[in-house]
Amino acid sequence: MAQLKIEQGSTSHSAYNLRPSFSDVEERHTLAVLVENEPGVLARVIGLFSGRGYNIESLTVAEIDHTGHRSRITIVTTGTPQVIAQIKAQLGRIVPVHEVHDLTEEGRSVERELALFKVRGQGDKRVEALRLADIFRASVVDTTLESFVFEITGTPEKIDAFADLMRPLGLVEVARTGVAALSRGAA
Amino acid sequence: MDGQMTGAKMVVQALKDQGVDVVFGYPGGAVLPIYDEIHQQNDIHHVLVRHEQGAVHAAEGYARSTGKPGVAIVTSGPGATNAVTGLTDALMDSIPIIVISGQAPTFMIGTDAFQEADTVGITRPCTKHNWLIKDTDRLANTLHEAFHVAMSGRPGPVLVDIPKDVQFATGGYVQRTDMKTHYAPPTLGDAASIEQLVTAIETSERPVLYTGGGVINSGPEASRLLREFVAETNMPITSTLMGLGAYPASGERWLGMLGMHGLYEANMAMHGSDLMICLGARFDDRITGRVDAFSPGSTKAHIDIDPSSINKVIRADIPIVGDIAMVLAEVLRVWRERGSKTADHSAWLDQIAKWKAKNCLRYTDSKTTIKPQYALQRLEALTKDRDRYITTEVGQHQMWAAQFLGFEEPNRWMTSGGLGTMGYGFPASVGVQMAHPDSLVINVAGEASWLMNMQEMGTAVQYRLPVKQFILNNERLGMVRQWQELLHNSRYSQSWSEALPDFVKLAEAFGAKGILCKDPADLDDAIMEMLDYDGPVIFDCLVEKHENCFPMIPSGKPHNEMLIGEVATEQAIEAGGAVLV
Repeated sequence: MAQLKIEQGSTSHSAYNLRPSFSDVEERHTLAVLVENEPGVLARVIGLFSGRGYNIESLTVAEIDHTGHRSRITIVTTGTPQVIAQIKAQLGRIVPVHEVHDLTEEGRSVERELALFKVRGQGDKRVEALRLADIFRASVVDTTLESFVFEITGTPEKIDAFADLMRPLGLVEVARTGVAALSRGAA
Repeated sequence: MDGQMTGAKMVVQALKDQGVDVVFGYPGGAVLPIYDEIHQQNDIHHVLVRHEQGAVHAAEGYARSTGKPGVAIVTSGPGATNAVTGLTDALMDSIPIIVISGQAPTFMIGTDAFQEADTVGITRPCTKHNWLIKDTDRLANTLHEAFHVAMSGRPGPVLVDIPKDVQFATGGYVQRTDMKTHYAPPTLGDAASIEQLVTAIETSERPVLYTGGGVINSGPEASRLLREFVAETNMPITSTLMGLGAYPASGERWLGMLGMHGLYEANMAMHGSDLMICLGARFDDRITGRVDAFSPGSTKAHIDIDPSSINKVIRADIPIVGDIAMVLAEVLRVWRERGSKTADHSAWLDQIAKWKAKNCLRYTDSKTTIKPQYALQRLEALTKDRDRYITTEVGQHQMWAAQFLGFEEPNRWMTSGGLGTMGYGFPASVGVQMAHPDSLVINVAGEASWLMNMQEMGTAVQYRLPVKQFILNNERLGMVRQWQELLHNSRYSQSWSEALPDFVKLAEAFGAKGILCKDPADLDDAIMEMLDYDGPVIFDCLVEKHENCFPMIPSGKPHNEMLIGEVATEQAIEAGGAVLV
């Protein structure tokens, strides 16, 4: 091939995943997928992720338009830019999928998650838990003499931070909804 | 006002309205109402297969050879699970087929009823889309939508699962023209990218066209435009296994198939090109070999109707999402409008001529044993001027057929590419023959693949389908054996065919004709005897048992490190390549 001045391929010996032209930095993306609200549509989306080996960090789904039969699935996923692009393209070709939006790429967006925390304790720990909950603007939705259930809304990071603080104070159970997200601005 | 009718009648009515003339199927408890309707009409011809897998492959053969959707009807439970291989095969090769399955009645779904299976759950990952119908009023629209989804965008298999009570119940029929769907994938390529592609063609010194099944799927117009495009630009052209026939094998710029068992000149041209234009192909691992060393010096344009094919494996510099025929028409229009000329690539064509001169398909012939390559050369010589359709099974014989048979037109070569389904070829040949009753249909087979769906001899004989089963019998699982020779020190674990039937007697037992041939001197006469016989034939061609299929790019190697001819294969595959299939 010398006469054609062509560079030889790289010299690595593994044949898998040698894609030098693609970045291998993992990114976290939040995707909003608008789907027809029909049986099996969530199974199609989840099956796509498991079948092709993509990651799901969080997934939420609910009907958003009853008369229009639309549901919104919010998926937080991680992957290289190439994998993220594949995920979007693969989602886009599922027949009952109407729109796929990459909220991470399409400008600024707001992300919120709701969580319930059950914290058990007495004395100082109980007082401290209540004080911290106040700082985090978590509200008490259930209480006994030795426990609280806090409701907190915020970014996943804020909820993680609250969980870290509650753990030494008697955290016994957590329920999180996963992320719901919308783009900022009028559009 | 739409007519009221039963769900079962709707199925037959919708098939008629969709222009279906043949369906392949097998009755059972959950589809009895549909079969009762089929019995009471004469517009749709039902072909009774001997196994549901055969029905789906036959529908594939019908679809691949006509460009029209193929239809199969199966019962619930085992009927549906037997359809899974065919559905997956059609999904991998983007073949439009509609499978209609029966289901337990809606009020029994979920109770583990007799012959109940979660058919939409099982077939979700192996269909383009599927539906479970719980309301007869929605059945007709869904059936029309099923055809629409199967045929639009990147084609593929769909399945409609119909519970038995929905077949009995009455509902409103929806005309084909009133069908409601939101599914409308884009087909027209981006104008700026098309301009960019034309500029790239004008300046390229070493261009190559790499075409695939997408050209065939796009329809005859795509093949016509492709030929025009090649004539206009004088570009050398290669194709995947799936794309053979889009450009004629006798064409001046034809390089032959590329990839693992592709031709040396095709792979070297891919490796050495400065502009590669991929038309409707998907950079399968059989094509690329080692991806980081794949066509390292080229600008890559990728035209495909499926956005998820682009940048999946190989990064495209010029990505164009669109239908091949529409994009090609637009490229040609821009090319002519701009008065474009190609750069001088005579040095490139000279180089390709030198690669061709290597004669990479050479093999050592024998006077005493039939070499499989020789058998295919003779088959080609004796049939190429006929109105001929070829199907294949999967393995060495399939690769040799792709190398040694020439295809002048699209839809003449029907092979299981992506999934590599042994047992596909025979039922596919049944489907092809149903679509083309007066044409010559040959299934090039290996004995091991052929046995996997040999029950379809009953179908061929019942419907007087003169399909020719050309079996290259090496009494081995030839490709498995070749890989064991390459990778596992010739330890031939389970790769021979013990206790084979006497194929001549087998043919006769089914009421067909059997021909045995083992002497190269008798081969031409035997092939002529097969061609002259008006009816199904099993041709048992005993061939060299340990022939290897070359050329070959060993797993994990780039295109310019091919093995050619009868070379030493020891250590050809390194540790890194051994994990690849």
